[in-house]
Amino acid sequence: MSLRQIELEVLRYDPEQDDEPRFQKYSVPCQEEWVVLDALNYVKDNLDGSLSYRWSCHMAVCGSCGMMIDGEPTLSCKAFLRDYGSKIRVEPLANFPIERDLVVVLDDFMSKLKRVKPYLIPKQHKPIADGEYRQTPRQLKLYKQYTLCINCTLCYAACPQFALIPDFIGPAALALAHRYNLDSRDGGRAERQEEVASHEGIWECSFVGACSEVCPKSVDPAGAIQQMKIASTVDWYLERLMPWRNK
Amino acid sequence: MAKSNKPIVWGLFAAGGTVSAFVLPALIFVTGLAVPLGIFGDDALSHERIYPFVSHWFVSLVLFGVIVLSIWHAAHRIRITLHDFGMRGDGMIGTVAYFAAGMFTLGTFFALSGM
Amino acid sequence: MSRKPYVRPVARTTWWLSKGRYVRYMAREVSSLLIAIYLMVLIIGLMRLSQGPAAWQEYMESLASPVAVLFHLIAFGFTTYHATCWFNVTPKAMRIPSGDDFVPGRLIILAHYAIWGVVSLIILVIAGVL
Repeated sequence: MSLRQIELEVLRYDPEQDDEPRFQKYSVPCQEEWVVLDALNYVKDNLDGSLSYRWSCHMAVCGSCGMMIDGEPTLSCKAFLRDYGSKIRVEPLANFPIERDLVVVLDDFMSKLKRVKPYLIPKQHKPIADGEYRQTPRQLKLYKQYTLCINCTLCYAACPQFALIPDFIGPAALALAHRYNLDSRDGGRAERQEEVASHEGIWECSFVGACSEVCPKSVDPAGAIQQMKIASTVDWYLERLMPWRNK
Repeated sequence: MAKSNKPIVWGLFAAGGTVSAFVLPALIFVTGLAVPLGIFGDDALSHERIYPFVSHWFVSLVLFGVIVLSIWHAAHRIRITLHDFGMRGDGMIGTVAYFAAGMFTLGTFFALSGM
Repeated sequence: MSRKPYVRPVARTTWWLSKGRYVRYMAREVSSLLIAIYLMVLIIGLMRLSQGPAAWQEYMESLASPVAVLFHLIAFGFTTYHATCWFNVTPKAMRIPSGDDFVPGRLIILAHYAIWGVVSLIILVIAGVL
């Protein structure tokens, strides 16, 4: 184990004192195998107890420690110091309002997530006595990748369309809508389409693809959104060219 | 929230993007570089040979498809690109872009049907 | 305790300069402008073609001007870049189930490049014959 002195440049914002954020530097003695989150914990425990940030699991599962690290949306528990220089700039996730220091306001994301109904809406009620739902490996494979989302919102911090159009429902929520649409047990696609295929849904996406590049769980929201664009386009033409199909 | 009518133009955009990806690099190379620079010889694409070829109904139809789909692709993407460069008034820009694409479509039709 | 969230300003016109991936995205998007100009040149060419050999000859000569050649060179570069971007992301938009898995993305991309090669070859051969 070797020690390495790292200079952390952290964006601070205290809503009670500050009118705008400012950078504060900390010199942190780090172990070679630490991640950025360890360095922040060192600051909090030894240098400055007032520093605020979210974290929980320290293993890329809870999705709460996302930050801009050297300008890139990253889970700070996955950002190994050995991959960075001796100066590391840490900011709250881009495109979100700053609550305090590295803590961002997630209310908007939470309400968008709710709007796309990211839960199973069964085609018809099935009593428990009728037994479990069965799925083939193939049916599972169709949507499994999109279940891996941990709602860390790195994709929102990477998405320039979300930055330009704050009403855009955004990558993670849309990918989760897709996840349930693709589930063989689900019958809720028509309901979700009201949000997904609206102006604020998939159509604000211009396939920059940044969301998929920064996703720590390889969910590929960009792919999910393009698949939904194709499906929604097919829907649109079928509804008009073959009206008798609309029940 | 109402469903968007974007699929009309997005369908053309996607089809046009695919067509222009497959066709345009080679087409631009031929008509814009190789022939003007004389790579195919001095009398390449001479009127007596190219006119009967292009005016054949099948070739006309293919050309019409390639040009029109590509133009709708470009119009839709120009609309998005202007938005990306920070221009406001997306609805207005969209109207102008699709109107221009419509005029190009008519122009292509008359140019090809006049042969 | 009252909340006072701070909203950072967005650089509406220059945001894309902040990162390589955004610059590459914009390069892909800007190809659409070059495609539009090229198609305009092409449509004018079709009109000139139907006006007879003299008009066509004039059109062909104008294409040999340095400005025209430079434009086509740039347009060729950008459309080729656009094509590679387009083909490289096809597996994302188009997943093809195969058994309990999907057809590998690489295979889908490879198929697109193969078709691209064949189409380009056909265009070159036709141009060579004409």
